[in-house]
Amino acid sequence: MTYDAGHYDVIVIGAGHAGVEAGLAAARRGAKTLMLSLNLDLVAFMPCNPSIGGPAKGIVVREVDALGGAMGKVIDKTHIQMRLLNTRKGPAVRALRAQADKPLYIKEMKRVLESQDNLTMKQGMVEKVIVEDDQVKGVITETKAAFYAPTVVVTTGTFMRGRVLIGDLSYESGPNNQRSTVSLSEQLEEMGIEMVRFKTGTPMRVNSKTVDYSKTEIQPGEEEPRSFSYETTEFITDQIPCWLTYTNEHTHKVIDDNLGLSAMYSGAVKGTGPRYCPSIEDKIVRFNDKPRHQVFLEPEGRDTEEVYVQGLSTSLPEYVQNEMMRTVPGLENAEIMRAGYAIEYDSVVPTQLWPTLETKQISGLFTAGQLNGTSGYEEAAGQGLMAGINAAAKALDLETLVLDRSQGYIGVMIDDLVTKGTSEPYRLLTSRAEFRLMLRHDNADLRLTEIGYQLGLIPEERYERFQEKKRQIEVEKKRLNKLVLKADEVQAVIEEAGGSPLKDALHAVDLLKRPEMKYEHIDRVSPSEENLSDDVKEQVEIQIKYAGYIKKALEQIDRMKKMDSKKIPDNIDYDAINGLATEARDRLKNVRPLSVGQASRVSGVNPADVSILLVYIEQGNVARVSGE
Amino acid sequence: METDTITAISTPMGEGAIAIVRLSGPEAVAISANLFQGKNLNEVDSHTMHYGKIIDPETKEMAEEVMVSVMRAPKTFTREDIVEINCHGGLVSVNRLLEIVLASGARLAEPGEFTKRAFMNGRIDLSQAEAVMDLIRAKTDRAMNVALKQMDGRLSRLIQDLRQKLLETLAHVEVNIDYPEYDDVEEMSHDMMEQKTKEVHEEVTRILDTARQGKILREGLGTAIIGRPNVGKSSLMNALVHENKAIVTEVPGTTRDVIEEYVNVRGVPLRLIDTAGIRETEDIVERIGVERSRQVLKEADLILFVLNYGEELTDEDEQLLEAISDMNVITIVNKMDLEQKLDIDRVKQLAGDHPVVTTALIREEGIDQLENAISDTFFEGDLDAGDMTYVSNVRHVQLLKQAKESLEDAQNGMAMGVPLDVVQIDVTRTWEILGEIVGDTVNESLIDQLFSQFCLGK
Repeated sequence: MTYDAGHYDVIVIGAGHAGVEAGLAAARRGAKTLMLSLNLDLVAFMPCNPSIGGPAKGIVVREVDALGGAMGKVIDKTHIQMRLLNTRKGPAVRALRAQADKPLYIKEMKRVLESQDNLTMKQGMVEKVIVEDDQVKGVITETKAAFYAPTVVVTTGTFMRGRVLIGDLSYESGPNNQRSTVSLSEQLEEMGIEMVRFKTGTPMRVNSKTVDYSKTEIQPGEEEPRSFSYETTEFITDQIPCWLTYTNEHTHKVIDDNLGLSAMYSGAVKGTGPRYCPSIEDKIVRFNDKPRHQVFLEPEGRDTEEVYVQGLSTSLPEYVQNEMMRTVPGLENAEIMRAGYAIEYDSVVPTQLWPTLETKQISGLFTAGQLNGTSGYEEAAGQGLMAGINAAAKALDLETLVLDRSQGYIGVMIDDLVTKGTSEPYRLLTSRAEFRLMLRHDNADLRLTEIGYQLGLIPEERYERFQEKKRQIEVEKKRLNKLVLKADEVQAVIEEAGGSPLKDALHAVDLLKRPEMKYEHIDRVSPSEENLSDDVKEQVEIQIKYAGYIKKALEQIDRMKKMDSKKIPDNIDYDAINGLATEARDRLKNVRPLSVGQASRVSGVNPADVSILLVYIEQGNVARVSGE
Repeated sequence: METDTITAISTPMGEGAIAIVRLSGPEAVAISANLFQGKNLNEVDSHTMHYGKIIDPETKEMAEEVMVSVMRAPKTFTREDIVEINCHGGLVSVNRLLEIVLASGARLAEPGEFTKRAFMNGRIDLSQAEAVMDLIRAKTDRAMNVALKQMDGRLSRLIQDLRQKLLETLAHVEVNIDYPEYDDVEEMSHDMMEQKTKEVHEEVTRILDTARQGKILREGLGTAIIGRPNVGKSSLMNALVHENKAIVTEVPGTTRDVIEEYVNVRGVPLRLIDTAGIRETEDIVERIGVERSRQVLKEADLILFVLNYGEELTDEDEQLLEAISDMNVITIVNKMDLEQKLDIDRVKQLAGDHPVVTTALIREEGIDQLENAISDTFFEGDLDAGDMTYVSNVRHVQLLKQAKESLEDAQNGMAMGVPLDVVQIDVTRTWEILGEIVGDTVNESLIDQLFSQFCLGK
């Protein structure tokens, strides 16, 4: 009954933030790629908050960019304001966040997709994946088009058995009243892929014309031009502010009085929601001593009046949402354009994935994004990119890419997901990274551009610029290592910086390690012969100032890498290893880690189990050698 | 080949006349040579043994008189360089030696790690792999059991409290980082962080100095022998000393009085509260009253309460027994060779859960039972795992020391003006190390703490 609609190397189902990066990356690697979306007007749609970046997440956007992804470039062109967060803290935790112009973001992303070679976009609802002998062969849409490919990347976000809940209203739907998919979810389950039910939510949008901003605080963007992408050269200067207001005891009373009507508290919602992004009901219940909660009013774009009410995510009935508005300063007369809602959906238990994001059950089937139990556009983009890179690799027999925990937040996230799984929608936090100091916003390019270039994801011109930057950093560091500054040369700048005067001459590096000293101080006394960019200067300063901590981190990373390099044979039989504790055995059988390092991070596996595993593997190696 | 050097006590617990601390790994010889006063171990032939002294690098004082065997790779058990330091048997001396070796750069071996290395380096043949894995499992389980038993409940709670304090501090720093707009909490400042780390540092230092287990390791179990005059306290003391010839600290030039403070009973190091003290306790009840004597006895880890079978129980005896009922008490009914005047059922009733042992010390009867009772009290009747008991303790001490160093790193960082999110690295490390002591290293706790402590949105 189906018709042959074409043959591809990679098929991507979905064109959200994971899907678009997957499709672009696969196409850039040279794979003939098809991207199927329910609605081509809504590629890279932001169903929740109109912002990209933030702590950890912003660093992911830069990592995606260093590997040739689109998110950074597109938001650089379509934001309404951008800020560098945590500027008063250390370099490791700085991060960019942009407020997005939602419609513009979609438009620009669609343009990027359409101009990508090797990438075909089609509108269509995939009904099922074609699988033969546990190997993926393609997909069939509801219009009976059969597309064939050896690899399929599923990035269906919250659409799998999606269900929207507002008060006692509940209906099957993806986000923003798009159609949800049921058959795909059922098929995955039939194939033995375990799914869990998660929940998330979004607040109401109000009409800007009905907001009294005079009762709120202004949150302007930064004057300083910033960009996520290392390729961006033009900056948006006319920024639009956000606004801040607060809930109060009256708001809380409205919520409290109607708590039983909330889908979340009436028992209608079965899925597990994220703790890091609680609904306003949750905030009132769990922190009932808090007299007020922040409410950010964030414009959804330049050419729309819709304003996102950050902080009031809710599944209360619409009329209660209206009542809530009446109590919040500035929103007394606000008109809700779209009501807030909760959404429940199926997601894949991610320990069923290899670190390449290919499913263990079905060869060639990859999953990425919110479907894997994460939440957030950036988390989705990071996974989509990796799944695209690896699906193309599988289809074309190219090199795969797995980032480890020291290479990027993307590596931390995927290792967490496939090794530990997650019991709630997973969000990246800086504290999830044990090598946070190495995974900085400022060095994402230094960490990953080389890899991106090797995989063919970075254009030649950019790579040359990158090489030049690297060279300059090394040369300048060497210079400062040798440079001896006489006391009288630097006394003035030291005094200006508020440091204690120098008695003897000092190496420039040692002076720079003083807490109050900055690169610019040395620059003024003894400038480099080259014309160095601010980026280079920043790197030199950070690398010298934090050298001690960086060295310590590198030692830990070495130890981790050593364990990660001890591979576990894929045919290992955990039942045959006598000494393993039962819990460890069960967990290892389930996760099937690829290395001893990964095994050691599986919860329930203790050091003795790791030792036993090492001995067992060594025994196997000896056996193989002697068998030859 | 492994890159670090491991060490452990490789003889069963201190009942033997000698004990051995073994090192294996690339630094084994260098570490030993640094501590050793005698021949230069770096230059001696392989598979030779040398007499000399171990000098504690911290105090520059002699710690032990030892024989050291140097065996160079590859003809050794692990196929790595191995050094075996033979010292006097007994818990205190061998533990002290182990601590010195650990402080000099060796790492405490995991259970079964020497054997594991022997296997990994091809020294043990393939057919024994199973046995190696069993050994690791068995030793680990046993070590964990013993470690749990040895872990004083109070110490464990203290460490849990410290971890919680650190965790709240960490969550506070994290919330500032991950939710920069969150306005409900004051931005964590260097001053606040300094205060927190200072508090924890003080507490860790105190635990290191006074924690019961650590104290016992270094000083022995403080033991008081009490009872009315003429019940046989001196005989008991003599019996314990004579029965247990493995006297621990043999510092030349010290008097016999000092030496006699330490006896080793079935591996339990007893520090008999000084000999003069025994005389002072002669009339303790009459002299200072029950309440006051209880105060004095509070200092003791173990009380040996001696009664005379040939005398009736006095009111003071009864009051005293009652007063010390929540302490570690062994009641000894001595002079069983005399005609009975003591109501022994009443004694047992008063003793409650505490053991009552009957002896006739003059005829050397009942000493075995007494020693069993002492051993049972300390090890809760489960001491077949010999070496594990004190290894786990040394491990705790070692970890506490690491925690302290890590806190000092954090403090130095703050003094240098390093941003808090970087200082955090050392604070997190401290939290992890303390977690190893109480057997809890689950990383999710920080994120759990973050979301339970703060109401987070954006």
